[in-house]
This record gives sequence, structure tokens and C-alpha cells, in this order.
Amino acid sequence: MNGAPGSSNSPPAERAGLAGPATNVAFTPEQLAEVRRLQGLYPDKRGALLPVLHMAQDTFGWISLEVEEYVAGFFALSPAHVHEVVTFYTLYFQQPKGRHVVAVCHNLSCYLAGSRDILAHVQRRLGVEVGETTDDGRVTLQSVECLCACEAAPMAQVDDRYELNLTPEKVDRILEGLR
Amino acid sequence: MAEIVLMRNFGRQDSHTLAGYRATGGYGGWEKARTMEPAAITEEVKKSNLRGLGGAGFPTGTKWSFIPKNHAGPVYLVVNADEGEPGTFKDRYLLERDPHALIEGMLITARAIRCALGFVYIRGEYVQPWRLFSAAVKEAYDAGLLGHGFDIVVHRGAGAYICGEETGLLSSLEGKKGWPKIKPPFPAIKGAFGQPTIVNNVETLACVPPIITRGAEWFAALGTKTQGGTRMYSVSGRVPKPGVYEASVAITLRSLIHDLAGGVSGSGRLKAVVPGGGSAAILTADEIDIPMDVDGLKNAGSMIGSAGVIVMDESVSIPEALMVLARFYAHESCGQCTPCRESTGWIYKQVHRIVEGHGRKDDLDTILDVAKRGGGTTICAFYDGAIGPYISYIEKFRSEFEALCRS
Repeated sequence: MNGAPGSSNSPPAERAGLAGPATNVAFTPEQLAEVRRLQGLYPDKRGALLPVLHMAQDTFGWISLEVEEYVAGFFALSPAHVHEVVTFYTLYFQQPKGRHVVAVCHNLSCYLAGSRDILAHVQRRLGVEVGETTDDGRVTLQSVECLCACEAAPMAQVDDRYELNLTPEKVDRILEGLR
Repeated sequence: MAEIVLMRNFGRQDSHTLAGYRATGGYGGWEKARTMEPAAITEEVKKSNLRGLGGAGFPTGTKWSFIPKNHAGPVYLVVNADEGEPGTFKDRYLLERDPHALIEGMLITARAIRCALGFVYIRGEYVQPWRLFSAAVKEAYDAGLLGHGFDIVVHRGAGAYICGEETGLLSSLEGKKGWPKIKPPFPAIKGAFGQPTIVNNVETLACVPPIITRGAEWFAALGTKTQGGTRMYSVSGRVPKPGVYEASVAITLRSLIHDLAGGVSGSGRLKAVVPGGGSAAILTADEIDIPMDVDGLKNAGSMIGSAGVIVMDESVSIPEALMVLARFYAHESCGQCTPCRESTGWIYKQVHRIVEGHGRKDDLDTILDVAKRGGGTTICAFYDGAIGPYISYIEKFRSEFEALCRS
């Protein structure tokens, strides 16, 4: 999704949400109930921090500083503690991402199966480097560590799906399917 | 050929459903275990010689027996489904194709350790396994298997190899960055949320129902003197038939490669094998006549780890392979301990420089010196795992590195 368009270009104070909860960063009542349900699953509600951050990213598109502060409020945590968590893990985006994410594995088994060529092919097709998003906001490209599908190397994760046994032709078909 | 225990249901279209699992005798182990004394369950697992299949190979029943006997508060069971060791993919198959085997293993284990709440920590990238396992948990609740004295919370990680280290996993489960914790106290004494906790791998727990159903002697007899059972070997790299293969832990590495995975592809001539996931020391082509149990690999100077076997033929560049793994360790070091944080980054740069043709021969000794100095100085086993490849790749294939160096 295209949540919080342009936020990465806003001034730091605005990004930090110093004016209080931004109007576009708010869960629905159903989501708020889900936050409480998740918190109730753990002996300490903080255990739900990762799941709630997943929810937040699905909802707002990425984890901005406003989102960190919003989520921190549910856990009585300092936003700095949430920031520490967000920056530790690879699956939380700290800037807007494309509508789709293509993550090409570059670890050993995929490397042995030609992942370098696959990655180069994706870069050419999309016209972006690793870590970049296409100008139309369609695809963010990543190069990632072992996704544990080495029996079908080279492979990539495309959004929620594992795409296996990649060839340039298969990559083309997959990319064409991303709108 | 060994009996197929863990993958027995994989051929069924409905293997991921409760009906499919029950049709092949599923939950029979739980029916039996629920009438057993908790201590008797642990005894049976001890006698089976089941050893942890996630990496460390610790005897499972012994681990369970470390839970304090008279602990008044809760005890937790945490399943490590944060599969991430390069070259390993077996737990993905179990989560997708036989999720009820894990649920049944958890039910039995929970009874043994007197636990009412279990967590399954699934790596964040495993979306499909997470969905399928969550659906199985829901089925188990609907059928009344869960929710009567034992509950399961399915927890998604968010992308960090270090969370496969058990105390890093616990930190992450508690909603923190996945920094490992100093041991002791071990998780069995003070684990998740400060309570006694058993952390077991997916495949390890999937072994528990058949042990209870068919008996410890049967399971022990499948393996070697010091390790019972079969296990799932993930085989990838330069083989004609990459895939997950179940075999006795007594199978030799040669047999695994040639009889199960179809031999060596590429040039057809074997150069080296990673026997137990990226962190295992590499073996040369003439070091593959060894049993693939915990002790067999230890005696060979490597480790079975997660049993991820990566095969390299003569055309593979060992320096490039090390560069790829060194990049991985540099990326995944959690940054908590100085020797690991600094060495992994520095060694990656050095190996990269050598591969690019700008290295010097004496760089190799410097890398080895730096690698060895950090061993045993860190909170967790991550760095000790990293130096397995650093040292073995350079020492066993030194001439290949030197050929890339200038002087």
C-alpha cells in the first residue's frame, strides 16, 4: 500500500510526531481490539510488540517514527525502545516501500546456483539497485540472507510467496505479474 | 535404508490437516502420554537417545529434566521454528506438511515438563508455514486437543538470524531486539519472561510422538550408540537431486550424497561439503566417509548442526564461498559482543579483498589469527559458528586463496 506518502521527506520534528499522534496513524477499533488480544497472549504484554509492529506495517505501509511512537503508547514504552526493536530486524521498513518487495537470496546455496546472475537480471529489468524502489513505487528490491529454500535455489521471496528455481524467464514472468 | 518416521505423511495431499494426521495414527502418542506420569515421559525420551536437531545436539530428555522440580510459577515450552542456518530447510517442510506432529510433540512435552503454555517462534519470512501451522493450531483447538490445560501461541519473528540462538529467541519473544543472554542461568532455570523454559527445535519435538508410541528402544535402535532415531537432512548445492531426505543418523555423508541426492553435479567431481549448515567446518572430498550423527561430525572436526548439507564440486571457488558466508556473518552479528561485531565485519572485508585480487598472502594468517582469538569470548555460539568456516576454508584450501593473492 502507499501509506504515509511523502513522509520520508518531511522535516524531522514532523516525522517524530512531536505534535502528538498524527491523524493518519491510527488503528481501527477492530485493530485496537486485536492489539489487546495479542497483548493478552503473553505473560508480559510486551511480548506482543513484534506482532503489533507487523500489524502496523501492514496497515500503514512502513514503520515511520510516528508509527513507532503510536505503537510505543500501547506498551508504555519509550519510542526509543520501539525504535531499537524496529531497527534490529530486517522485515520492518523504516521508509516507504514499493507495493511489492522482491527479496533475492544471496546466501551460499543460491550463490552456487547462480543467484548473482538472477539478481543482476532483476536489477536490469527493474532499473534499480538493491535497496531501491522503482520510480513508479511498484517494486522494492532487496538482496537477503538464507531464506531456507535451498533445495530450490536460486530463489527469492516476492511479498508473501517463495518463488523457487528461478531462471531469467521465470523472473520476467513474475515481475510482469506485479502491478 | 532407514525407516521413514518424520516424513511418513509427506506424500499425503491432506498431511497438513487433522484428518490426514489422524488417519495415519496421529495423536496416538498423546493419548498414551496423557496417562503417563510426567517423569516417565522424560525417562522414555532420555532412553531414546533423542538429541536436539536444531544445532547443538543436546540430549533432549536431559534438557527437560533441568526444569526445577518444585517451581511454583509457570513453566514455558518454546519451539524454535526460526530456521535460518544457511543450507537448512527441513523445519519448513514439517511446519507445512506435518504441523500436527509438532503440536502433538508439544502436548506430550508440555505434560513432561508440567507446562500450560507453549510458544512457537516462526521466522518472519516463513509466511506460508506460519499460515499452515496456525491453521493446524486452530483445528487442534476446535477438536479440543488444545485449550484444556495447554495452550499454544504462534509468534512471528521479524527477520534476524540470531533469533535462532535460543536466548536471542527468548529476548525476541519478549518483545526486544534479539540479543542473546549470558548463560547461566540457562533457560530451563530462567527463560522466557523470567520463568523456567524449555526451548526445542521443531524436528526434535516431531520425534517425540513416535518415541512414545513405539518406544524408546525402537527409536534408539534406529541410530548410533549415542544418538537415536532418524533425522531430516537438507541437501543442496551441486547435487542432481537437492531436497530433504530422512535417514538414520548413522548414514554416512558419502551415502547421503551419492545414494540419496544422486551424486555430484556440475563438474561431477566432489571438492568439498558443508555437512551441517553454514556454520559447520567444511569437509574435503576425502573426508566424507563419516557417520552423520552428532559424534561422527565432532570426531571429524566439524559439526552436524542443523544437518544442512551443501555440496560443492570442483568448479566451485572456495574463497568465493567463504566470502558469501563471511558477508552473512557480518550482516547477522547482533553487535552485542565486541569480538564478534568487529571480527565478522573485518574478516568479510578481508576475504572480499582477496577474492577481488587485492589481497596479500600474509592476510591469510592475519585472518586466521583474528578469527581464533575471538573464539570462546562471546555471549553466544554465533561467533564460534562463524570461525568454523573462516578457519576450515582457509586451512583446508589455502592454496586456492593464495592463488588469488598478489605476493
